[in-house]
Amino acid sequence: MIVRARVNGEWRSAEVWAGASLLHLLRDHLGLPGSKNACEQGECGSCSVWLDGELVCACLVLAAQAHAREVRTVEALAAGDRLHPVQEAFVEAGAVQCGFCTPGFVVAAVDLLQRDPAPDDATIREALSGNLCRCTGYAKILDAVRLAAQRMAGRPR
Amino acid sequence: MIPAAFDYAAPATLDEALRLLRRHRHAKVMAGGQSLLSLMKLRVASPSFIIDLRRIGRLAYVKEDKGAIAVGAMTTHAALAAAALVRRRLPALAQAAEAIGDLQVRNVGTIGGSLAHADPAADYPAVLLACDGVVVVRGPRGTRKVPAGQWFTGLFATALRSGEIVVEVQFPILPAGTRSAYVKMKHPASGFAVVGAAAVVRLGRDGRVADVRLAFTGAASHAFRARAAEEALRGQEPTEAAVRAAMARAPEGVDLLEDLVADAAYRAQLVRVYGARAVLAALG
Repeated sequence: MIVRARVNGEWRSAEVWAGASLLHLLRDHLGLPGSKNACEQGECGSCSVWLDGELVCACLVLAAQAHAREVRTVEALAAGDRLHPVQEAFVEAGAVQCGFCTPGFVVAAVDLLQRDPAPDDATIREALSGNLCRCTGYAKILDAVRLAAQRMAGRPR
Repeated sequence: MIPAAFDYAAPATLDEALRLLRRHRHAKVMAGGQSLLSLMKLRVASPSFIIDLRRIGRLAYVKEDKGAIAVGAMTTHAALAAAALVRRRLPALAQAAEAIGDLQVRNVGTIGGSLAHADPAADYPAVLLACDGVVVVRGPRGTRKVPAGQWFTGLFATALRSGEIVVEVQFPILPAGTRSAYVKMKHPASGFAVVGAAAVVRLGRDGRVADVRLAFTGAASHAFRARAAEEALRGQEPTEAAVRAAMARAPEGVDLLEDLVADAAYRAQLVRVYGARAVLAALG
């Protein structure tokens, strides 16, 4: 089937089989490998993207379900070489170890800060509870989100 | 993890979905797909045809209708948790929706899908039972309303008949002064309920418990009402000691699940403890 979706602002289409996930569409057909393929069960959040503005696991959404809808991925966050403040904060806080979970965490953190620019720690933990870091680097990930929240409070986006 | 081959259709109307369901005997209806797609990838489920309800308009809503909160089957957990009407009039339902999985799942998963799937550890079943809710289904012979007490028939099994689709869930609006709460012990990895408890409580003019409905999920093959504990609590002063004493009877007569997280004895204890917490939370 042909699936057509607006991905990072641009209408794209690809021919996929019915069982293809949105994640496969992005990674294998549209050249967007930022969203990572890990558990494939909606447990780990490594494939987190926005579908019509809502955070979802791209592995648990069929490509067909995204037809005629708006998808935004981690690739949309940086403006050229200029990283998004959340990405910058992850680098500065040392919130990246092996890096595999990082795109999902960054997307989930951006999603949180869009909804709540000044989250407390419990809110950050709840918002990131759908993302797993098997290096267990959670403390620095929390540092990064706090840092990003501070930085973003002081500047227009 | 690749599902077995299947054909896919996203009909624009409910009638068309029902027609497809009649025509394809091994079809599965997909709402949000947060359980179904996972099972298909594990090849636990291998439907030959998927009928995706996403294009059917007017199946996602929360509204007040004839003394009930009517929730469209395609309403997501996130939408339900955020609905002002639900938060105000039926906190237990908002608390259950909010406690499901994580945000990524709540943004896509739906109440209709969850109730049709009937996972023994899902959160809504306890609330549906404690609130005396009704599941509205549409099938070849029209619309049918199934009371909560008849909906869950076993492990992943419901009263939904072949050819039928869940279209709405109704929760009677609680009379003023009747309060509700849902609490759960979350499985640390999956987020499912190891045990979840929903309580609906009304105090009489004498300050004693006039009426109480208490239901559990996660503890047995399907959600159940704890009628012995309800009976024990009725007429009592709403003190913590009285609530805890009544909860001794909450696991009575139930064949409790055993798994790696909790054996039957521990689950019985969780039922007692979370039952008390639900009642006390409802009482505020």
